[in-house]
Amino acid sequence: MEFFRIRKDIPFMRHALVFNVISLVTFLLAVFLLAGKGLHFSIEFTGGTLLEVSYAQAPDLDKLRKQMEADGFTDTQVQNFGSSRDVLIRVPLSKDAETSKVGDRVMASLVKVADGSAGAVLAPTLKRVEFVGPQVGKELASDGALALLLVVCGIVLYLAMRFEWRFAVSAIIANLHDVVIILGFFALFQWEFSLPVLAAVLAVLGYSVNESVVVFDRVRETFKKKRGLTTPQVLDHAITSTISRTIITHGCTQMMVTSMLIFGGPALHYFALALTIGILFGIYSSVLVASPLVMWMGVSREQFVQVKVEKQEAVV
Amino acid sequence: MNRYPLWKNVAVLIAAVLGLLYTLPNFFGEAPAVQVASVKSTHKVDAKLMAQVQDALGAAAVVPQGIVLDLNSIRVRLADTDTQIKAKDVIEKTLNPVAADASYSVALNLVTNSPNWLTGIHALPMYLGLDLRGGVHFLLQVDMNGALTKRLDSISADLRSLLRDKNIRHGGISRESQSVAIRFREAETREAARLALMDNQPDLLLREAQDGPDLKLVATLKPEAQKRIQEFAVKQNITTLHNRINELGVAEPVIQQQGMDRIVVQLPGVQDTAKAKDILGRTATLEVRMVDDEASASSGIMEQAARGQPPAGTEYYVERGGRGLLVKKQVVLTGERLTDAQPGFDNQTHEPAVHLSLDSAGARIFKDVTRESVGKRMAILLIEKGKGEVVTAPVIRSEIGGGRVQISGRMSTTEAADVALLLRAGSLAAPMEIIEERTIGPSLGADNIAKGFNSTLWGFSAIATFMMAYYLLFGIVSVLALSANMLFLVALLSLLQATLTLPGIAAIALALGMAIDSNVLINERVREELRGGSTPQAAITAGYERAWATILDSNVTTLIVGIALLIFGSGPVRGFAVVHCLGILTSIFSSVVVSRAMVNLIYGRRRKLEALSIGQVWKPGLGTK
Repeated sequence: MEFFRIRKDIPFMRHALVFNVISLVTFLLAVFLLAGKGLHFSIEFTGGTLLEVSYAQAPDLDKLRKQMEADGFTDTQVQNFGSSRDVLIRVPLSKDAETSKVGDRVMASLVKVADGSAGAVLAPTLKRVEFVGPQVGKELASDGALALLLVVCGIVLYLAMRFEWRFAVSAIIANLHDVVIILGFFALFQWEFSLPVLAAVLAVLGYSVNESVVVFDRVRETFKKKRGLTTPQVLDHAITSTISRTIITHGCTQMMVTSMLIFGGPALHYFALALTIGILFGIYSSVLVASPLVMWMGVSREQFVQVKVEKQEAVV
Repeated sequence: MNRYPLWKNVAVLIAAVLGLLYTLPNFFGEAPAVQVASVKSTHKVDAKLMAQVQDALGAAAVVPQGIVLDLNSIRVRLADTDTQIKAKDVIEKTLNPVAADASYSVALNLVTNSPNWLTGIHALPMYLGLDLRGGVHFLLQVDMNGALTKRLDSISADLRSLLRDKNIRHGGISRESQSVAIRFREAETREAARLALMDNQPDLLLREAQDGPDLKLVATLKPEAQKRIQEFAVKQNITTLHNRINELGVAEPVIQQQGMDRIVVQLPGVQDTAKAKDILGRTATLEVRMVDDEASASSGIMEQAARGQPPAGTEYYVERGGRGLLVKKQVVLTGERLTDAQPGFDNQTHEPAVHLSLDSAGARIFKDVTRESVGKRMAILLIEKGKGEVVTAPVIRSEIGGGRVQISGRMSTTEAADVALLLRAGSLAAPMEIIEERTIGPSLGADNIAKGFNSTLWGFSAIATFMMAYYLLFGIVSVLALSANMLFLVALLSLLQATLTLPGIAAIALALGMAIDSNVLINERVREELRGGSTPQAAITAGYERAWATILDSNVTTLIVGIALLIFGSGPVRGFAVVHCLGILTSIFSSVVVSRAMVNLIYGRRRKLEALSIGQVWKPGLGTK
């Protein structure tokens, strides 16, 4: 089997401007969404209490809501989670009540509903409680930002060392644009942004830089091996010769992620979703955004021939 | 020629065998067990106790499948859950005859079913996190400012008595938020006080100031002293928590410091958060009282007291070693006056001893009491849940001044350390607050394992099918390399006993999904070389060599992400990061070294190799074939 039967290099760079405009538009759209709608942060970030309870029969959510309101819980969210018999309840942080006891009080309130109607059949069983105080959330946000900063600096430094600063800068711009787009999706659909999603977003960053590295590696090699090609031609050649690998690899990773999306249940749902978006946009951005950027920044053959000489000395 | 030197093949083989060996325990599952641990540090878990447990089980005709004694617990493995509960009852009755005054915690637990020789080489199953096994997780914040103000309060009392001893007149000492201010009328007295303070209070940073007509000396804690006090407060609280949690009878509690001022408490298997919270919030207190020596010497009174009728004004306690003694109800000192307790040695006799430090008020009381009662005994009691325990009851040999007290005599070094720990645990715990709580039901845990496992399994199968169909023999090699990667990863996780969480399982799946990249790179490169007209053997060599640089670069960038997550991540992110980093390392090895070893074994020795089984290689010039 051979999926990719490409006779000539595909002239990607001829359409470089189009790709960059598309990227810019999606990027701005994502930023706009982020600014306008904001992310729907999980309680890990905002603080509050979350309960997951399961019933033998599907309960009437309205009744639960009313009872909770009667017991003094305002702004609570009551919703189904996974199936109609599982209910997820979110209680935001409140200043007056003893925050760490909210979980017990909610359970007491739910039990009241059960007593009122069908009795024991409707008694909830507690599957999970999470309580997060206000101190933790702020730290998570700042730790997340620091992690992102470290990743960006680390990758730029490494790529600048191994390749050229132009590659480093364009790779990181292309992939940060991925990150913003993933966040844009989370803002648009108001998907829950939790810690595992943050991990997924950063993993995607590493993963799609990976992608740019593979292309750049080939660019460097082509510059060294083939004389007389213009920079766009070199880039076209590099992208074309790695395109089969790019698609097969991403396809394989996506198979694993899809499997997580199908079998992983609600706990892994948004994690897998973030990865899916990241992988799809990763292909596009690392190939079709990073390469034109490198071209605009004026990469040329001379930069690599020199590098080669230095390298040989270093090795010997 | 594509041949590996012998040592490389042997290395791959050894890695595979080790990988298998350390992955093995994960397949044996777990058996029900009863775990016995000591609740009081005065009771040790040792071979004697193990014999006692064995005898008790023998008498009740419960046949254990094995009894293991480790550092601080005894684990009895049992055939099924019914005998597990029976065994628990039997052991509980034997070791804790009085249920209200338990010396040992007897808890239900699970132990690995893997054979002893595997456990012997530290091959244990992966350590599952709370989200996979169910339990309670708490994150507690220690109030550091509380610890500092408390210390400053006791320092200002010290200063007052110090200045009085040195006969230095001052115009008042007061604590102002995080500093202590002493007022003076004249510059000379201030200078004298400054010198005295510098000699006696090395922890203080002194600054001169003027406030209207008054001259002031402002003392703050030196940063290093602050740090020490804060570290001490956290350690202290961890010790206290350990003691509390032992009462809950949790099999494998995790109590760890996190960051500067946080403590993580994880109680696997516990569902009753209310009780757990109640117990975490409680503190013990320390009391120093005099022993009624005359009454304690009379056997008649003691017999009566042991039956629950002690003379008026006294209480009956059993000392360590089993001797009873009568302690006066009047409290001489409480734990609030104790600033530190450290194990050490007696200066003269070199016996193990415990050194106590009292604050100035405590020191004064102690001095007065000891002067009046040389030759008598004083008891140091730990009061928990309204119930006291005599930690030690030493004889007062001489008047003790200066607030430094030494308890020595008939103690081993471990006992001295235990007593110091207990004393510290009973006092000076800075206040704590629960800032994060998570309870995961056991069914949810099992559910999470199944979901994680299924995602990995199906994802892996899909990748394997595709790779084999697309790359034929090279695909099979890639799949085997990927399996080896999985094997190494699981083995490493088992070996390191890193906590595996649901995000961790997701990271395993993702690691496999990303690791296949290296093999795709190699296979595509080999095809490309063939397309370019290389001979099969040369194509293998060039394919692996050229792909290597790319594989290295791309993995390093991914590793940078993993390390950043490891440094800044907490909770679920950390679990993800650990597996992510390990996965990258194992994937480099397995996709490059292991797969090459296999390819070399298959093709390396054939001199006249016509073609490689790597799927169809399409050449532009020849059209479709």
